[in-house]
Amino acid sequence: MTLTLRINGEDRAVTSDPETPLIYVLRNELKLKGAKLGCGLEQCGSCAVLCDGEAVMTCATPAGAFEGKAITTVEGLGSTATGARVQRAFVKAGAAQCGYCTSGLVVAVTALLSKTARPSRAEAKTWLDPHLCRCGAHSNVLKAVKIAAEGES
Amino acid sequence: MSLEANPLVRDWLRVDGDRLVVRTGKVDIGQRITTALVRIAAEELSVPVAQIDVDEVRTGLSPNEGVTSGSNSIEQSGRALRLACATARAAVFEAAAHFFGVDAGALKLEDGLITHPGANSGYRLLDKVAKLDPAMQVDPNARILPASRVQPVAMTPRHLEDMVRGAFRFLHDIERPGMLHARVVRPPHAAARLKSISPEARNLAANQTLRIVRDGSFLAVAGADEWDVIKSSQTFARGCVWDLGEGMPEAGVFSLLRRNPSIRLPVVEGSPREGESPPAISDPEFSAEFERPYQLHGALAPSAALAEWRDGLLTIHTHSQGIYPLRAAIADSLRLDEDAVELIHAPGSGCYGHNSADDAAFEAALIARSVPETPILLKWTREEEHRWEPVAPAMRVSTSATLDTAGEVEAWSAEVFSDTHRGRPRPGPDRAGPSRLLANRLRATPIEPAPAAPNMAAHGGMHRNLDPIYDFGSTRLVKNLVSDLPLRTSAMRCLGAVANIFALESMMDEMVGRNGVGAVDFRRRHLRDERAVAVLDRLVECAGPQPDADGAGRGIAYAQYKNAMTRVGVCVDLVVNEAAEVKLDRVVIVADAGRIVDPDGLTAQLEGGFAQGASWALFEEVNWDRSGVLSADWESYPVIRFSDIPEIETVLIDRPQERSVGAGEASPGPSVAAIANAVKAATGLRLTRMPFTPDALRAAALRT
Repeated sequence: MTLTLRINGEDRAVTSDPETPLIYVLRNELKLKGAKLGCGLEQCGSCAVLCDGEAVMTCATPAGAFEGKAITTVEGLGSTATGARVQRAFVKAGAAQCGYCTSGLVVAVTALLSKTARPSRAEAKTWLDPHLCRCGAHSNVLKAVKIAAEGES
Repeated sequence: MSLEANPLVRDWLRVDGDRLVVRTGKVDIGQRITTALVRIAAEELSVPVAQIDVDEVRTGLSPNEGVTSGSNSIEQSGRALRLACATARAAVFEAAAHFFGVDAGALKLEDGLITHPGANSGYRLLDKVAKLDPAMQVDPNARILPASRVQPVAMTPRHLEDMVRGAFRFLHDIERPGMLHARVVRPPHAAARLKSISPEARNLAANQTLRIVRDGSFLAVAGADEWDVIKSSQTFARGCVWDLGEGMPEAGVFSLLRRNPSIRLPVVEGSPREGESPPAISDPEFSAEFERPYQLHGALAPSAALAEWRDGLLTIHTHSQGIYPLRAAIADSLRLDEDAVELIHAPGSGCYGHNSADDAAFEAALIARSVPETPILLKWTREEEHRWEPVAPAMRVSTSATLDTAGEVEAWSAEVFSDTHRGRPRPGPDRAGPSRLLANRLRATPIEPAPAAPNMAAHGGMHRNLDPIYDFGSTRLVKNLVSDLPLRTSAMRCLGAVANIFALESMMDEMVGRNGVGAVDFRRRHLRDERAVAVLDRLVECAGPQPDADGAGRGIAYAQYKNAMTRVGVCVDLVVNEAAEVKLDRVVIVADAGRIVDPDGLTAQLEGGFAQGASWALFEEVNWDRSGVLSADWESYPVIRFSDIPEIETVLIDRPQERSVGAGEASPGPSVAAIANAVKAATGLRLTRMPFTPDALRAAALRT
């Protein structure tokens, strides 16, 4: 039985077992390696994608649960106005060190700005709390949120 | 050291078509060293950054620079590259002067083209660099361009554009035709050994799509489908029966640091010496003990490695910080010639020291040996990374001091107790390299851990920054390398400097006050270094008004990493709320790293160092019991999160005439200390054991 997933605007028929957590389907079957595996426990946010506009983690939820939903991975974000603006803001703010948490953060900030065009610093911090960054790039990520939000005028 | 071992210009740069390629043995682990190196080459050779690449770091090809550690990369690789570029430039200028028939002083270099007034054709620098004598030595006295003559270089950090689009490739993302995924099956704890495997688990091996690898108590599962391998390794683990022995020692590490045997050495001017330790200060006016628990590197990405054994050559892609020493350890472990092993660095996530990267590389090699001619991508799990990495050693620093009648420090004593900070698989006596690779302890013919030898280097290991930066009447410094402690330990960012600066700077605050001298002036009076005083002056200027809300407090701290590298002052404003939680509010960091190479990279390192220091100060502690390490994920081992991050203002003092010095480890120590001092200001409680959790604050309040 094949599973059809709508990913980055395209319907993709996948052969992985629907019980497989989505991230393995994205990375191994569809070769979308942007989402990162950090814990497999939905505790760190590295694996986040947009699912119907919400930032969701993909490391533990079965791929089958995503059927019928619109998934946007970090690779597909650039084709949306908000996503592209967030990506540019991250570059401008130098908002990454090793870069392992970056995909998840770019996804989460895009989801935030889609809901709240001008989030306060406190709102941004609370929103990003599920995402860990061990290099300590937090300050520059918060700067990127501000830059991206101010681009919305 | 880097230059001495790799003395040729071509060790550091080469030309490929119209591109300049920088070579280094240092690896980029998110600290942006390769960005800094590109900037250095761009400055010295006036080549546009878009035309500069950096070679991958690979044994046999890259300069051997040992390990990427100790904040040494700018001073070692950066200096060597700068001199190599300056040597090449001087040689090309000489040839160009001859070609044009003018004095070299009349030549101009712009955008990679050498010209002189009146010349109607240019002379392409890179073409000539390509033709330099391959035997040309780097001139250690080559004239580097002064900062005033350098064209400003604008540069986006390397790879950042790819990172934000999900296009940057980590080791974990590599795929090869025919590649198998692998997972290791771990014992419950380090002392457990495999007794038997159930028939059900054994049957997994009959599954044609899976490979089970066993060498003693080292077990792994490999297969083509990653999720299938994960599930199978869990099934297999349930079928393993372990001899648990006596289990892990249950005593707390701080009591073990007090009572276990140790090698005791006096430390004089930063270096340990053989001999008797001087007597303690009798009847000191001030005394306190400061403690840091075991803490994790806790890389966001569990460690990984890709290994392949083909045609007698073992190739390993690794995110190790030291590919040459690791190659020696792996070759020794498998009784191979080093030439039969090739290591290639591939990016992992930020590691902050010696984490599991080296262990994973060797384990992938063990699996590849059993499944030859097949690429093996081994990934550790989150639980393995937390429970099995070599952790940062717990430390105890016992301090005492006496003031003179003027209120200045007359006598200072600091005695430090810790396990080794040198667990890297470096070659050494008794097969020290192999003995430090986790899997070797589990194999059928195990290589037991060799006893650690004390690090005798200046500011090495636990005695890093033990020697106070201040001018005290007399100092008594002692280190104790304690043995038989519960967990495997190794190097983590700053080594002993965190606990030592936490102790010193906390005591500086305790000793303030006689004669009405404030925290900043008390430090100024003990500093004989104008650049240190300048850092404190800027800190005061930028700190702004004292916080005065209920439960608010301000703390400052100062340190110079290894008493020789970047000078950093930190000012922390925080609030301790009714739940006894420490909430960081505003932070000012002032730093002097000499001549600045990459201001954005420097700021990122200082602010990242603050965040990691704050995470250590407030949240992090490894726990275990008889059954094994209990800190197994991000819930059982909490770390700093976005909502804990304060406003940070970072001020850089540029010193264009001074040597560029390393900064990657400069800010965490004073950050921890400034937080401790601010907690004291906010609550009156002097916390002497990290982390400063609500429970620790409540316990301290009950003691007063």
